[in-house]
Amino acid sequence: MKPVYLKPESLKDVVTSYCPGCGHGLVHRLIAEVIDELKVREKTIGIAPVGCAVYAYDYFNFDVAEAPHGRPPAVATAIKRCLPDRIVFTYQGDGDLASIGTNEIIHAANRGENITVIFINNANYGMTGGQMAPTTLPGMRTTTTQKGRDSKLHGFPLRVSELLATLEGTVYIERVSLIDPANVIKTKKAIKKAFSNQLTGTGFSFVEVLSPCPVNWGLKPLEALKFVKDQMIPYFKLGILKDKTEEMKKEKGA
Amino acid sequence: MNKNKRLISGNEAIAEAAIMAGCRFYAGYPITPQNQIPEYMSWRMPEVNGVFLQAESELAAINMVFGASLTGTRAMTSSSSPGISLKQEGISYMAGCELPGVIVNIQRGGPGLGNIQGSQADYFQATKGGGHGDYRMPVLAPSTIPEAAELMMAAFDYADFYRTPVLLLSDGILGQMMEAVEFKEYKPIKKLVKKDWILDGARNRVPRSIFSLMTAPGALEKHNWKLLEKFSKMEKEVLSETYLAEDAEILVCAYGIMGRIGKAAIQMARKEGIKAGLFRPITLWPFDSKTASLYGSKAKKVLVVEQNLGQMVEDIKLAVEDSKKVFFHGRPGGGVASKEDLFEKIKELIK
Ligand SMILES: Cc1ncc(C[n+]2csc(CCOP(=O)(O)OP(=O)(O)O)c2C)c(N)n1
Repeated sequence: MKPVYLKPESLKDVVTSYCPGCGHGLVHRLIAEVIDELKVREKTIGIAPVGCAVYAYDYFNFDVAEAPHGRPPAVATAIKRCLPDRIVFTYQGDGDLASIGTNEIIHAANRGENITVIFINNANYGMTGGQMAPTTLPGMRTTTTQKGRDSKLHGFPLRVSELLATLEGTVYIERVSLIDPANVIKTKKAIKKAFSNQLTGTGFSFVEVLSPCPVNWGLKPLEALKFVKDQMIPYFKLGILKDKTEEMKKEKGA
Repeated sequence: MNKNKRLISGNEAIAEAAIMAGCRFYAGYPITPQNQIPEYMSWRMPEVNGVFLQAESELAAINMVFGASLTGTRAMTSSSSPGISLKQEGISYMAGCELPGVIVNIQRGGPGLGNIQGSQADYFQATKGGGHGDYRMPVLAPSTIPEAAELMMAAFDYADFYRTPVLLLSDGILGQMMEAVEFKEYKPIKKLVKKDWILDGARNRVPRSIFSLMTAPGALEKHNWKLLEKFSKMEKEVLSETYLAEDAEILVCAYGIMGRIGKAAIQMARKEGIKAGLFRPITLWPFDSKTASLYGSKAKKVLVVEQNLGQMVEDIKLAVEDSKKVFFHGRPGGGVASKEDLFEKIKELIK
C-alpha cells in the first residue's frame, strides 16, 4: 500500500515543545514539506529566533543556527553573502522581528537580500508568557496590558508586511493564515513561492503567518482559530501585498 | 626598494593585514576615529572576492560577523568605543556559540559619546567581560603600526584555533597616525584546524546546529566547564615586551600607544642614570602577571601609565606583591602624557 501521509525528511522524528493548538508546529511542517519538494534539504541553512521557536534546530532536519533576539536577518544576510548558492531563511516571531529586530528586518529587506523570511504573527510574546507584542490588537488583553491594549498608551499594531512592501528591495510579500485547511494550503503555497524565489535568485521574499497562540490567549485551540478569523484578519488583511516575482525573473533571465 | 614597505595609517594597515590573513568578510558601521577601516575594506574586499557590508548598526554588524563566521569564513568588524558597547551582545553570543571572529576597537574618549581623541578607557570592558555571561576573550594591544599589522594576522589564528572572538584593542592615535610598515607574508602562528563544525548545508552528513541556549538540567553548567578548559588553554598565550627591566629600580607599566611613549621616557631616564625599565603587556587578556610580578617585585617603585583614570593598574596591583609601591599616572578624555611628563613622573618617584 502506498502511504499518503508521511513525516517530511526535513523534520526530525521528535515531539516538539509547542503548546496544543499552537501554529508553530504546523508552519514547521509546511516549511519542511516545501524544502523536501524543492529538494534543497542538503543546502538549506535556517536561522531560529529567540522566542518559542528557539529550539527549531531540534525539530528541523537540516543545518540551523540560533541568532540573538531580533538579529536573524543580519545573520542570514552574512550567510547568504558568503554562500550565495545555499538556501537561507529566517523564522521569526513578532517580538523578534517586529520589535527588537525592526532595524535588522527593514535593512535586510531594503538591501534586497536574496533570503526567505517566515514571520509568525501571534499577537503576543509567547515564550516569555504572553506580554504585549507590537502586533497585539487594540483592546487585546496580555500580561502587560491587563485591561486591554490602549492605543493611546501603547500605540497601534504594526503592519509589518505593508511596511516592507513599500521598500524597493522587496520582491514578494504575502500574509496568510492557518484558520482552516484551505488557508493552510494557501500558506504552504506562499511558503513554497518564497523559497522558490531564492532558488531563482529573485530576491527578498516574506511570508507573514497569522498564527494561533491558544494558551497565552486563554482560548481553546478552535476558539483561537476563530479569534484569528474574527479579530486578527480584519486588522491584518490576508493576501499578496507585493509581487515582483515575474518581473525580477525576467530581469535575471531565470 | 622593498615593495612590501608602505607608508600607511594604522587603520589601513589593520585592514590590509586582515586581508592578508585571509579575512573575507567585513561588516561595520561608521564611527570616528576608525572610518579608514571600513573605507579601505569597501574597495579592497571586492578585489579579493570577499564581502564588504556597511551594516545598519554595530548590532547588525557583529551579528553579520556571527553569520559569516558560522559558514567558516574569516570575518571581522571594527568600531570605536560607543560602537563596541553595542557589539557586546554579539561578542557574548559568539563566545557562547564558540564562533571565531575578530573585533577591532580603535578606542576614543568616553563615557557616553565622549570625544574622538585616542583613549584607553575601554580596558575594563575589553578584559573583564564587556558582554554578559562567564567568558574570556583574547585581547591584543599593539603599540606600533607594524605590530598592529602583525597582531591583526595573529588575531585570526587565535580566533580559529580556539573558536573564540578576539579583540584587537587599539586607540585613535595609532589608528590615525602613519608609519612605514613592511608587510610580512602571512604565516599562521597556530595550526590551521579544519572547521568541521560549520553550517554550509547538511550534504552527506547529519545536520548541525549552532546555539547558545542550553536549558536542559545541567547542560549549561557542563558547557561552562568545557569553556573553562578552553580558557585555561588560551591563558597560556601571554605576550609581553620588557625593555631594560632586568635591573630596573622603577618599572613603568604601560600598553599600546602609552607603552611606546613610556619607552621614550625610559630612554630619557637612563641617560640621566636612572634605572628605569618597561613592562608592556601585548595580550591584555591573558595578562602576563608572571612577568609583571617578576620585575615589579624587584623594582623599588612601579609606575602604571594609562590614557584613562586607572584600569590596568588593578591588574598590576594584583601581580606585584607589595601593591603600596604601585603608582598611577593617567590622562583621561583624550589627554596624552608626553615622554617629558613621564620622565618628570619617574624622577619624582625615584628621588
Ligand atoms: C535581548 C533579549 N531581550 C529579551 C529576551 C526575552 N525574550 C525571549 S523570547 C521573547 C519574545 C518572543 O516573542 P515572539 O518573538 O513574538 O515569539 P513567540 O515566542 O511568540 O513565538 C523575549 C522578549 C531575550 N531573550 N533577549
